[in-house]
Amino acid sequence: MPDPKRITTPLTDEVVESLKSGDNVLITGEMYTARDAAHKRMVEMLDRGEKLPFNLKGQLIYYVGPSPARPGKVIGSAGPTTSGRMNKYAPQILQAGSKGMIGKGEMGAAVTEALKKYKGVYFAAVGGAAALIAKSITANELVAWEELGAEAIRKYTVKDFPAIVVQDCHGGNLYVEGVKKYQRA
Amino acid sequence: MREVFVKNIISTVKDLCIEANYQLGEAEEKSLKEGYQKEESPTSKETLKQILDNVQIAREGVFPLCQDTGFAVVFVDIGDQVFVKDGNLFEAINEGVRQGYKEGYLRKSILGDPIERKNTGDNTPAIIHMNVVKGDKIKIIVAPKGGGSENMSEVKMMKPSDGVEGVKEFVIDMVKRSGSNPCPPIVVGVGIGGTFEKCAEMAKRALLRSIGSRHPNKFYADLETELLEKINKLGIGPQGFGGRVTALDVHVETFPCHIASFPASVNIQCHAARHKEAII
Repeated sequence: MPDPKRITTPLTDEVVESLKSGDNVLITGEMYTARDAAHKRMVEMLDRGEKLPFNLKGQLIYYVGPSPARPGKVIGSAGPTTSGRMNKYAPQILQAGSKGMIGKGEMGAAVTEALKKYKGVYFAAVGGAAALIAKSITANELVAWEELGAEAIRKYTVKDFPAIVVQDCHGGNLYVEGVKKYQRA
Repeated sequence: MREVFVKNIISTVKDLCIEANYQLGEAEEKSLKEGYQKEESPTSKETLKQILDNVQIAREGVFPLCQDTGFAVVFVDIGDQVFVKDGNLFEAINEGVRQGYKEGYLRKSILGDPIERKNTGDNTPAIIHMNVVKGDKIKIIVAPKGGGSENMSEVKMMKPSDGVEGVKEFVIDMVKRSGSNPCPPIVVGVGIGGTFEKCAEMAKRALLRSIGSRHPNKFYADLETELLEKINKLGIGPQGFGGRVTALDVHVETFPCHIASFPASVNIQCHAARHKEAII
């Protein structure tokens, strides 16, 4: 495995274009967390033409629902949740300026098209590597919608967050290519 | 009759909830290491390395193996010579889960009502499967089950004429359709026979067996080996990134069935194959 590519958020179009499905990356910078309920709200606001409570431009959305933090710790275990549940919302979030998402599992055809159209990238974090991932999160602050509890939007500051490019902006899809390569009759 | 105090049951269940979520079993870790050696895809090898590193970090007892610390599924074999003193067995198990998930800093993932979807706040109720056995002991197994892999499970009421080939097709198809969703490498629990609900429970119980163990009946042991080989030819690989190691093992459990029926079930377990047991 070649050395991982180090990238910093917010992502520029140039960086996004340089990433290819199968690339192993370490992400440093900030990212925003959102799951089903927060996505529903964001998309409703965008539909009404309202401004979101944080600047999406160039940012990544992490699909996560961590375990509780122990005293003195920034966060508990924090691996990715299933991305497919956000299929309905992701294209609009990309259109609004986000450069991609981090989750796990295949996303739909509409997301593939949106990644190409708005130059975005879909990263997978390793599901069940939640303790390892937690070690890369150095700060965790509430951004919006505290009333959503575990589903509120939070900002994580990360250093060398491990991820793999599963869908790039050129139409590359590791979930398709990888399986094809290793399938045997 | 032997008296067992509920306070012992509570503390045992509490400890098992915490242990299961932080300490992966030896057989499970060994199997992941073997998978790492076997894996040919560089991306998937890196993935397995992260999973193995994660096992070590969790072992320190600060961060659980996965943020999804699961539905607490509890299997109880209670001896017919046991008298539970000072309270009720089911209440004691739920109290143990409540304490374990609080003190272990485990995520509370249970909603009181499936439509209303409001969290119960303490990860109760547990799912409790109870058996009465001979003797004066209580055996308790706690198996926290995550949502991602549980969602990739099914019971199928097949036709008797479908035979064992039908079961194979069903299991392979289920794994294929699940793809990356249940967090491979997976363990596949298969139930064959019984009634609708018995069949589902067998697939879940099959997941309690240690990775690498085989069914005592040679026919079913061979079926397990064959299914494992076929699944690992699908190419899904760790996390669905493509590779050789899609499943760590397949376990089959069977039960007598009705002349008109042929139920089969599949319950998928992610690579964090968590289960811990204790005997009181």
